Order: sequence, then C-alpha cells, then structure tokens
Amino acid sequence: MKKLVILGAGTAGTMMLNKLSNILDKDEWHITIVDQHEKHYYQPGFLFIPFNIYNCKDVIKPKRDFFPPGTDVIMSGIKKIEPKKNRVLLDNRKVLPYDYLIIATGAKIKPDETEGLKDKLWHKNVFDFYTIEGACALRDFFKHWKGGKLVLNITEMPIKCPVAPLEFVFLADSYFTEIGIRDKIDIHFVTPLPGAFTKPKASAILGDFLDKKNIKLTTEFNIARVDNDEKKIVSWDEEEIPFDVLVTIPTNMGDEVIERSDMGDELNFVPTDKHTLRSKDYENIFVIGDATDLPSSKAGSVAHFQADVLFENFLSAIENREMQEKFDGHANCFIESGFGKGILIDFNYDTEPLPGKFPLPGVGPFSLLEETKTNHYGKVMFRWVYWNLLLKGLEMPIEHQMTMAGKRAS
Amino acid sequence: METLEIAGKALEVDEDGHLKNMTDWNEDIAKEIAKAEGIEELTNRHWAVINFMRKEFQEKGDAPSIRRLTKESGVPTKELYSLFPKGPAKKSAKIAGLPKPKGCI
Repeated sequence: MKKLVILGAGTAGTMMLNKLSNILDKDEWHITIVDQHEKHYYQPGFLFIPFNIYNCKDVIKPKRDFFPPGTDVIMSGIKKIEPKKNRVLLDNRKVLPYDYLIIATGAKIKPDETEGLKDKLWHKNVFDFYTIEGACALRDFFKHWKGGKLVLNITEMPIKCPVAPLEFVFLADSYFTEIGIRDKIDIHFVTPLPGAFTKPKASAILGDFLDKKNIKLTTEFNIARVDNDEKKIVSWDEEEIPFDVLVTIPTNMGDEVIERSDMGDELNFVPTDKHTLRSKDYENIFVIGDATDLPSSKAGSVAHFQADVLFENFLSAIENREMQEKFDGHANCFIESGFGKGILIDFNYDTEPLPGKFPLPGVGPFSLLEETKTNHYGKVMFRWVYWNLLLKGLEMPIEHQMTMAGKRAS
Repeated sequence: METLEIAGKALEVDEDGHLKNMTDWNEDIAKEIAKAEGIEELTNRHWAVINFMRKEFQEKGDAPSIRRLTKESGVPTKELYSLFPKGPAKKSAKIAGLPKPKGCI
C-alpha cells in the first residue's frame, strides 16, 4: 500500500484530496489529510464582512463536508516534517510515514512582525480583515464610527489576494456614501509598491479608479512601526501618516511548521519549481497554493489552476513518466469596485492584466479591466461556485493555462 | 535595446534601467549609478550591502529581499533605508548591476 499525505485542508489541500481520491486506486493508495482546524473559511468573503454585506454564516462551513466519504482525516497540529526520513510528526504524537507528500499549509498574517501593530489599539482602532476576528471587529467599529481618517496600509509583499486591499477602499467609499457620511471620511491607500497594484497596466487603470473615488494614494511607503499614542504609522525613512482607524494588511508568512522543518525561505514559503510544482529539494514532495514561494499571486484562483497542473504532474510522477503540465502563473481576480460594480483581471507570469472580454472572446459576459455590473455578479456567484464545485474538485469551465483570446494587447 | 552611457561606456539596460549584463559591471560603474540615484558617495557600509547582493545573486539567481538582506548581511533595516533611501532592495540591486528583485507580484 502506497501512502500519500496531504498537509492542510484549506482550498488547495481539499481540492487535491478530492481530485486524487477520485482517481487513485483504493487498493493501492492510502490517502491521509491533516489539519488542526474544524472550520473551512471562504476567505474571499472576509472582505465583505466589515461592510455588512456578508455575515459569519456566509463564510464558514465544516471542513468535513468537503472530504470524500472514507477519507482518513487527522485533526492535529503538525510538529515537524522530516523530508529525509519521508515522515511527518504530528502534535498528537502520531508519526505519519509517506511515499508522497503534498504541502498545502497556506499563509497567514503575522502582525507581530511589525513594531506596535499588535499593541493596545489592536482591534480597537487598528484592524486586519484577513481573519474572521479582525473582519468582525471592524464591522462592529464601523457601525458606530462618525468619521475621520481611514488609512489602509500594506506592510510588505507578498500578500494573499493582492487586489483585496484595493477592493476594501472601493467598498469603503461605497459603504460610507450609502450611509451618508462619506464627506466626513478621508480614505488613504498606503502601499510599499510604486503604484496601486503590482502590474504596470492594471496599476495605472486602478490608480485612476482611486482618483475618481477621491481616495488618496501614497506609494513606496515601507512601514517601520505604529505609534499607538499618537495614532500614526511611521516608515523606515521617518515619513508619518496619522490615522483614526488603521486597516492593516500585516506581513504574510507561511506556516511555522515549515520553519521548524527547515524547509522554507525567510518568509517560511517552500522553494517550489514554478512550472511543475514539485519541491526544489525533494522529488516526492509537491507544494501548492499559498505555501509555495512562486512569483504568482497568493489566491484561491491560483490554487485552483495549480491544482489542475499538480493533478496531472502527480499522476505522471507516480508512474515515473515525465511531468508534462506546466503552471504558467495564471490568476483570475474579480475586483469589487463598490456601488454594485466590479472589475475583472486575468494574467500570468509573463502577461500582465489586459483589457478585453472573458471567458468568451468578444462576448464575455465579463469585461476585463473595466467596471461593470456583470463583473460584480460574477464575484457574487463565485461563492456558490467555490462551495459547490471548486472545493469538490469538479471541472470548471476555465482552462488552467491563461489564453490571449479576447484580450487587447497594444 | 536601450543603452545608457555610464562611466564612458555604452551599456545595455532593461526597461527598469538596470544593467542587462552583470558582467558589464565594475566599481566605477556602481559609483556612477549611485550618483544618478542620488547617493553621492558609496561608503564601506554601502559596499557591504552591494557585495552581499552580488554574492546572493550569483548563488541563488535572484537578488535578495529586504528581509533576507537584514537577516543575512548584518545591516539592520533602519540603516538599509538610510543607506539606500526609499527602496533599499531595488536601489542596491540597481547599483550592484543586478536586475530588479522579483520579490513582489
């Protein structure tokens, strides 16, 4: 009996479990998945909680609902991976030997990495929205807020879902307009990047949206610390920005188990071949989703495209065939822009987001890099797709390789 | 192909203005690029960073992030920003004759 162990039952791990359970012969393979948390969070939904568009119920389901019947599930923390011994040590003292290992341990925010961030103002005037706790605390704060300076700050790249901070300020503009206090609020988007987004063309277009919505943009701001007494953020070169409420995207890092296992880079991300998704150091280890060090976005859509590639490559690897599928860095993101509209971007390692129609060339129904109502409905629909198709590893009508069809390159 | 005249030589640069071929690089060229970036004089501390960047690039194929710089080069973050104002990783890579760090997406 061969053993496959999957570490992490988030978006990527659950998808791989479902895909591989369907195809691997049960008489030959024993699959085990390990996770320490019972709840599966629909993370893209956290963004909507502060603005009362979603509530907690909308974004939480039991992880077990998404495991195929008969799966060997172990609910435990992971003490250490010992890749040279082909085994994993769990917190519950179990030792899990494996023939193949898939690491899908994700990424999380680490507010402790920045001086003064997780201090006396934490979840009082300083909030994250990348955790359910932060998103709910911020919703409660906004309920009674009368106005002032709202500062959104990205600490450092890379972060999960690089468009979420932009969506946050767009939605804030929309929300405060609708409750009638937009004129009492300064919204300020503060980023370490040279523009509103990571890719130049999209950055210029999204920057214009900030302008139109009267949102101030400060670029190349690298936060050193938060001054809790004077309520301001201070950069390494002593630039200061005051706030009444700070919405922070703290440093994102891979799981601590990666550090304990001495398998990660300085942010605990696992060095991974950017095309095959195999670990750079170990032939029988694959890595998927936010846990990798790939220069692609850390997002559910990316994990989904990677899952299609990893599925094929895994089957090749176990049959000693050459791995044929290549991940191209494809990402596809709906960007909520407020007032019931949305923007869509589609890109990969080599091609930045371009305008056009998606997924059907010339037809759509979605418009790339344009603000439309249909794009917004795409985002709303996606939650259903996520729970009902994506996590279960079912076929989706989008190819994992990015296509230039329907895009206008000029 | 864009070229830039640096220290009396026409050198190929990429769209970010970084040297295309790291073999074109020498210390005089570094000093010239530094001046264009607003750094008048390269001190020993600057050189410690620049040399570390080049070594890392040769070993790993990518220039290190600020985090790695701080951790491995022994120069604290605060000092990095005073040596190379605004973007230490980007700026020191440019002066070291390396491409822009891939780092962020």
